[in-house]
Amino acid sequence: MTYKTTIEQTVFRFDDLKTLLAKATPERSGDQLAGIAADGPVERLAAQMALADLPLKAFLNEELIPADEDEVSRLILDQHDPRAFAAISTLTVGELREWLLRPETTQDRLEAVCWGLTPEMVAAVSKIMRLQDMIAVSAKRRVVTRFRSTVGLGGRLSTRNQPNHPTDDSRGIIASAIDGLLMGSGDAVIGVNPATDSTEDYIRIVTLLDELREKLAIPTQTCCLGHVTTAIEAIERQAPVDLVFQSVAGSEKANRGFGVDLALLRQAHDAGRSLKRGMPGANIMYFETGQGAALSADAHFGVDQQTMETRAYAVAREFNPMLVNTVVGFIGPEYLFNGKQIIRAGIEDHFCGKMLGLPMGVDVCYTNHADADQEDMDTLLTLLCAANVNFVITVPGADDIMLNYQSLSHHDAVYCRETLKRPPAPEFETWLAEIGLTDRDGTLVGEPAALSNYVRSSALIGA
Amino acid sequence: MTKAINSAPVLMVETEARDDRRVPDLRSMTDARVSLGRHGGGLPTQAQLSFLLDHARAREAVWASVDWTVLAERLEQAGLTVLQADSLAENRSIYVRRPDLGRLLSEDAEKRLRDIAADKNFDIAIVVADGLSSSAVDINAVPLIAALTPKLASLGLKPAPVVLASQARVAIGDPVGAALGVKLSIVLVGERPGLSAADSLGAYVTLDPKPGTSDSSRNCVSNIRDGGLAIHEAADIIASLVRDMLRTNVSGVALKAAVSKLSNWSS
Repeated sequence: MTYKTTIEQTVFRFDDLKTLLAKATPERSGDQLAGIAADGPVERLAAQMALADLPLKAFLNEELIPADEDEVSRLILDQHDPRAFAAISTLTVGELREWLLRPETTQDRLEAVCWGLTPEMVAAVSKIMRLQDMIAVSAKRRVVTRFRSTVGLGGRLSTRNQPNHPTDDSRGIIASAIDGLLMGSGDAVIGVNPATDSTEDYIRIVTLLDELREKLAIPTQTCCLGHVTTAIEAIERQAPVDLVFQSVAGSEKANRGFGVDLALLRQAHDAGRSLKRGMPGANIMYFETGQGAALSADAHFGVDQQTMETRAYAVAREFNPMLVNTVVGFIGPEYLFNGKQIIRAGIEDHFCGKMLGLPMGVDVCYTNHADADQEDMDTLLTLLCAANVNFVITVPGADDIMLNYQSLSHHDAVYCRETLKRPPAPEFETWLAEIGLTDRDGTLVGEPAALSNYVRSSALIGA
Repeated sequence: MTKAINSAPVLMVETEARDDRRVPDLRSMTDARVSLGRHGGGLPTQAQLSFLLDHARAREAVWASVDWTVLAERLEQAGLTVLQADSLAENRSIYVRRPDLGRLLSEDAEKRLRDIAADKNFDIAIVVADGLSSSAVDINAVPLIAALTPKLASLGLKPAPVVLASQARVAIGDPVGAALGVKLSIVLVGERPGLSAADSLGAYVTLDPKPGTSDSSRNCVSNIRDGGLAIHEAADIIASLVRDMLRTNVSGVALKAAVSKLSNWSS
C-alpha cells in the first residue's frame, strides 16, 4: 500500500509501510548506511505526518517481513491479543501518542493494552514522540520482576555489577565484583561477559559468582553471559546457574546469526526453570539487544533499525525475562553516530520495551570511535532515571577492560542514589545496611570486614 | 591503598585502626580501574582527569590523520617503493559512518595499480591502512615492515610496492591484492583504540585476495604495539603464517587444520 502526505503542494509518497517507518525515523547513521533513511528533515516530517494519521489497524494488515519466511513475524502475530487491542483499536498512531500521554492513562491501562500492542505499533508511535514524551509515558509503566531481589519497583534503580576480565581470571573477576559491591552495585545481577567460550570456564565463572553471593548472603542473582547452548550444558552438569542469558534480535535470520531460534530459547528457558533456584515463579531469562544488530547481520529486510530492535522485544517477552537491556552505544558510529543519536536510541529502546511489558534496562555506553563522551552518558543516565528505568550496568571506573568500551562507573550508581534519590531493590537495600556498607539513611559509609575477609579467605580465587 | 572516603576524618581513623581487616589491594588482582576512591558519586579529581586523558588519546588516534608523506619518506629511506591508493571514503566523518566505502578502491586507483603490476609478477603486497587508529600506523607500521621484508625475501617472495591506503579498512587489501595480481596480501591496520592502549596495530594475512573474500579466510595478528605484542615477534608470526599458507594453499580458520594435516603426512 502507498502512503502520502502533501506539504505546500509537494506530494511525498512512501511505497509501503516499512518505507514509511524508515523515513519517519529520527536521523541515525545505521538507517543511512542501509540506504533507507529520509533524504532530509522535510521528507522525514512528511513521513512522520503520514505515520501519525495511520490507523493502528494498518499494522495488522501489512507485514514488514512476511510471516511465511520469518518465525519472529509469526510470533508477533500469535502474541497479538485482539481483546487487549480493543481499547485502542480505533486510534491512529498520532492519537495513540496523545492517549499515552494523558494522566488518566495509568499503569493499569498501559498494562491492559500490553499484548494488544505489536512491536511495530510501539516503534511507530515512538518515532513521533520527543524524548520528554517517551520519558513521561515510561515513568508511568512499572514492570516488576523477581528472582532473589525485586527489580523495577517505582522510584528505585537497580544495577548490574559487570566484573569482566580479559582472560576471565578468577581473582580479577572477584576483585572487580567486590569493587562494585563496595559502591552498592549488583542488585539486578552480578553478571560476567566471558572472554572464553568453553563450558568448563562457564561453570568456573558461575561457581565463583555463586560462592561470592552465598558467602556474603547477597540477595541478588548471578549470570555468566555465555551462549544458551553453553548454559544448557552447564545446567545438565548441575552448575549453579541463576539467570540464563542470550543476545536476541528482531528477525529469524538475525537470531540465526546469534546461533539461536525460538525452539532453542524455549529449551534454555525450561532448563533454567528446572533448577528452581529463585523464589517461586521467579523470572529466569536475561536478554540483551541493540539497534543495528539485524543490519550488521544483513538480516533487516529493509526495515529500519529501531523497528527491528522493537521486534526483538517480541522474542524477549515470550520468555518472561528477569532482565532485558539494550547495549545502546556498543555497536559503533556506523549505527548510532554520536551522543545525540545514542541518547535518543536509549530512551526509545527503554520506552518501547516497557510498552511491550519488558523489565527494561539500558547499558549506558559508547565506544571510542563514536562521537560521544562521559557527559552524553551523564545525560542519558539522568533521563533514564526520570523514565524509571529498571536497571543500568556499572563497571570499575567506566572502563570495561574486556569488551573495550565505556559503560557507566559504579560511581554513577552512587550519584543516582544520593542525588536522584533512587535506592536499589528493597532486599538489597536491607543487605547493604546489615552488612555495614550503608548507614541508616542509606548513605555508603565504609568497607565492612565481611568483604575484605572474603577476598582473603576464598579458596576459589586462591587468595 | 588510596581510598578517599567522602565523609568525616573520624571514619578514616577508624578504618586505619582495623587495618588488618581492610580489603586487600584489589588493584593487584586486576587491571580494571578498581579502588579509585570517591567523593560522593564523583571520582577523585586525578582519576577523573586521567580517564579523560585516556579518552582524549583514543579519540585523537581515531580522528587524527596519518602523515602519509612522512610515512612514505621513512619507507623510501628503508629502501622500499611506495604507492598511494585511497579508499572511496573521502574523509574521516564519511569513513566512520560508511564501513562499506572504506573497503573499496576508486576505479582510478585500481587501474593505476594494475598498470604498475603489469608483467611484474609480484607475489605479495603489504598494505598500510589507517583503520581506526592513526597513531598505531604512525608508530608501528615502519618498524614492522622493516622487520618483515627480509623474512618475506628469504621465502623467495617478490614484493609489490608498499600500498598506503587512507580511510581504509581491512578488506581494502582485497581489491588492492587483485589489482596487483599477488598471491598474498598483508594488511597492517590501526585497531579500534581502547582506553588503555590507543596504538595497537593489527595484521591480516590473506591468501589469493580478491573482492568478496570472506573474513573467515584471513588470519589475524593483533595488539602489535609497545607493551603488547613486540614488533619482532609479530614479524615472526606473520612470516610463519605466510609460509604455512604457501605450503597448504589455505588461509583463514581452516589454516590450523591444514597445517597439522600436512605435518602428519610429512612425519
